[in-house]
Amino acid sequence: MFQVRIHGRGGQGVVSAAEMLSVAAFEEGKHSQAVPSFGSERMGAPVVAYVRIDNKEIELREPVLEPDLLIVQDPTLFSAIDVFAGLREDGYLLVNTSKSMEDLGIAETADKLPAGHVAAISATELAIRHLRRPTPNTVLLGAFTAMSDIVKIESLFKAIERKFPGKVGELNIAAAQAAYSAAKSG
Amino acid sequence: MVEVSETKQKIKFYQTGTLTAGNRLLDEGHRSVQATIDRSNSLDSGHRACQGCGEALGARYAIDAAMRATNNQLIAANATGCLEVFTTPYPETAWSIPWIHSLFGNAAAVAGGIAAAMKAKGREDVRVIAQGGDGGTTDIGFGCMSGMFDRNDDVLYICYNNQAYMNTGVQRSSATPGAARTATTMPVGEEPGNEFGTGKNMPLIAMAHQIPYVATASVHDLHDLEHKVTKAMSFHGSRYIEIYVPCPLGWGSKPGQTITIARLAVETGMFPLFEAENGNLVGVTKIRHQQPVEEYLKLQRRFAHVFKKGNESQLEALQVIADNNIERFDLMSRGKR
Amino acid sequence: MLEQIEGSHAVAKAIALSRPEVISAYPITPQTHIVEDLGTMVKAGEIENCQFMLVESEFGALSACIGSSAAGARSYTATSSQGMLFMMEAVYNASGMGLPIVMTVGNRAIGAPINIWNDWSDSMSARDSGWLQLFAENNQESVDVHIQAFRLAEELSMPVMVCMDGFILTHAYAQVDIPDQAQVDEFLPPFQPRQVLDPAAPLSMGAMVGPEAFTEVRYLAHHKQVEALEIIPKQATEFEAIFGRDSGGLIKSFEADGAETVVVTMGSVIGTMKEVLAGMREDGISIGALTIRSFRPFPREALREALKDAKRVIVFEKSVAVGMGGIVAMNLRTALQDFPILVHSVIGGLGGRPITRDNLRRMFEKGIRDQLDEPHFHDIHMDVVNREIEREKAECRSGAVAENILNDVGVVAAAKAI
Repeated sequence: MFQVRIHGRGGQGVVSAAEMLSVAAFEEGKHSQAVPSFGSERMGAPVVAYVRIDNKEIELREPVLEPDLLIVQDPTLFSAIDVFAGLREDGYLLVNTSKSMEDLGIAETADKLPAGHVAAISATELAIRHLRRPTPNTVLLGAFTAMSDIVKIESLFKAIERKFPGKVGELNIAAAQAAYSAAKSG
Repeated sequence: MVEVSETKQKIKFYQTGTLTAGNRLLDEGHRSVQATIDRSNSLDSGHRACQGCGEALGARYAIDAAMRATNNQLIAANATGCLEVFTTPYPETAWSIPWIHSLFGNAAAVAGGIAAAMKAKGREDVRVIAQGGDGGTTDIGFGCMSGMFDRNDDVLYICYNNQAYMNTGVQRSSATPGAARTATTMPVGEEPGNEFGTGKNMPLIAMAHQIPYVATASVHDLHDLEHKVTKAMSFHGSRYIEIYVPCPLGWGSKPGQTITIARLAVETGMFPLFEAENGNLVGVTKIRHQQPVEEYLKLQRRFAHVFKKGNESQLEALQVIADNNIERFDLMSRGKR
Repeated sequence: MLEQIEGSHAVAKAIALSRPEVISAYPITPQTHIVEDLGTMVKAGEIENCQFMLVESEFGALSACIGSSAAGARSYTATSSQGMLFMMEAVYNASGMGLPIVMTVGNRAIGAPINIWNDWSDSMSARDSGWLQLFAENNQESVDVHIQAFRLAEELSMPVMVCMDGFILTHAYAQVDIPDQAQVDEFLPPFQPRQVLDPAAPLSMGAMVGPEAFTEVRYLAHHKQVEALEIIPKQATEFEAIFGRDSGGLIKSFEADGAETVVVTMGSVIGTMKEVLAGMREDGISIGALTIRSFRPFPREALREALKDAKRVIVFEKSVAVGMGGIVAMNLRTALQDFPILVHSVIGGLGGRPITRDNLRRMFEKGIRDQLDEPHFHDIHMDVVNREIEREKAECRSGAVAENILNDVGVVAAAKAI
């Protein structure tokens, strides 16, 4: 089972990210569960979402305590909550930032992870460029599909299309593709 | 000689004393629903209302008028209260129409649900009435009724206003007039009876919701009541009719004076009769000869303390209310409204 | 058809397939997505012959259903938590009158303190009302049980609430097989009311009943639930024949047969428990589980049969009768009172407290050694509790309990930690 924890703030599309990732896995014939964990609907409040992907039915309902993949959509969360709790030693870490891991103060954690498992992506900027909105979720997911074969980029495109039909979907696919290409080229 | 309002008919009658136009003097087409052999008797005899109950009278006329206007395709939802209790004493029912009693505060919502069911089934020929007393309407039923008005559910809500929670022993409601004695507003202390400056005017609140039709009626003028119910049934969407119904037990009045008191309520200005459509006043019943409020109050023991020495300000306050109503609704002037 | 879909959306589709005629909707977390979806479907003309009412409160929502159901229309609404309490008068009215309304309860804690997360207190508050209460284990079962609920309600002429854990199921995306209309039509015939408001055949509903007959009317409501004990398994079998899935029924066994210790629970938590119990079995411990799918009617005989050889039961529930203890535990103890069996009562997951494999394992280990206190509050932080008790002893104006505890464990504590 592959477990994902996505951290962000309300309004950044954390829950949608979890949904799209689970749909992408489903498109590949896998079982997947995505669950948000949040308080009242409010922009800016910390939001966590969990995703589990497996080849058999997923029945576990506990929070993701030992994520294989940690996506941090908002680096201001580092000082507010223990984002890294339980991150597996062979896990993946994606952070939405234009800063370096050192500047963020998390280099020590990032360095413990295997090579190719860590990425700092200016997802908000890429999102603004492609979507004209600062929603980094599809960008981050696009980058992830380049780092691992848990989910293919094509499946992600299908998930994006289902979630955002029409022009919005197209733009998000372009953004995800851009992130994918950037991550692939290193 | 009496000139009946222009909106209904141009007939002149010779009256002696009572001002009531008897059915037998009218054309068949103008007679009250109750005067025809094939009246529906929706509220049949055998119910347990008190002698002189204004509500029983009003309900019978109102529902039969509605039945006639809808070709007998009518369903009624009734709030808990006097009407519900005296018409369905276990194990009998006095209703010959499909009738449901759910709770005290939800008649409007239940009726809305019935109307939705009829619409879903393509049976919009079946019309719906919600009915309740003032307690079930202006207090505990307020939320549901406001919701019904908001949705413009196709329901006629009829409120039988006897100005207190009668069924439970005469407690004050937000329809109780100032100074009135009830079990929870006793004539003791510095402000005997119900406090002035409190209360809700449900017809005005209904108008504020801008529903298709709002009207007030009183049981002394049953033709007018029937006319308004019939008119209401010609509209679709939410409608509200409030009927003034004296309660001899609760008001401390003689059963035989129910009609007189109902007339005096109107003729003093205490209970204005008017119609409104979509929030705008479209008609009022003018007062022929304004009566001083004392004439109305002295027939009801619930106002007995108002006549005691020291309570003159209460009497004055009641007259002010009546005068304000007359001015606000222009009940006295002779010109066309 | 298989879809990766949010629990609420799946339920909305199930309701739509059940050909509802009147839906009333008042929003409350966490059921909102259900009614939003249904509203959109009706507005877009996707549900034929259906009226969607936007009501002013939960009391209005269920009252509208009372009216529409009495008028012969298949009626549906949904609520949670505070909404259930706000409509409580109507809840008893609906069952008292025997109206086959179906209602989803997105299980959520009841305040004060206000809490939007999952536990069973809302359903529990209605357990004596006469409504049937069915608990779904996962999103697939949520879909399937709603469809069965309409048929069950209409056959009995009694309202049914389908309970699904708030957020955990309502907001979870999972793979669900959405049935097709033909299948649902085969299983669920059009509504034939036992009593109906009809100008062609007038009757009075909701009249007063005096001392002479009230007992008999109440007994008949009880009798209907006893009848339901037969009908529920029968319908589950028919459902399986058409849809190919075992969904619904009275109880479900997870290796409980022959187990020395049986964990009894309801709803979604069994998902997390399965792995823990399998692990314990691998370690040689004789332990299994049972879920109660029909809480009302309480499946007394089915449970007695399933537990007749067990030595002990650990009841795990997300509910508590304050001042008394576990509610499901009490119900079960009554059913098993003549059995030589130990029933432990564990109360957990209140207000959405996470239930993990780790904390379950620790608790089960104590349970099999009969070392659990009575009742046992799962994962409770006694240090926090004791600090508050000390505060209250120390002074009269000790402050509001909830706020004190939040200060103790929340923001203030976090700030101090930094």
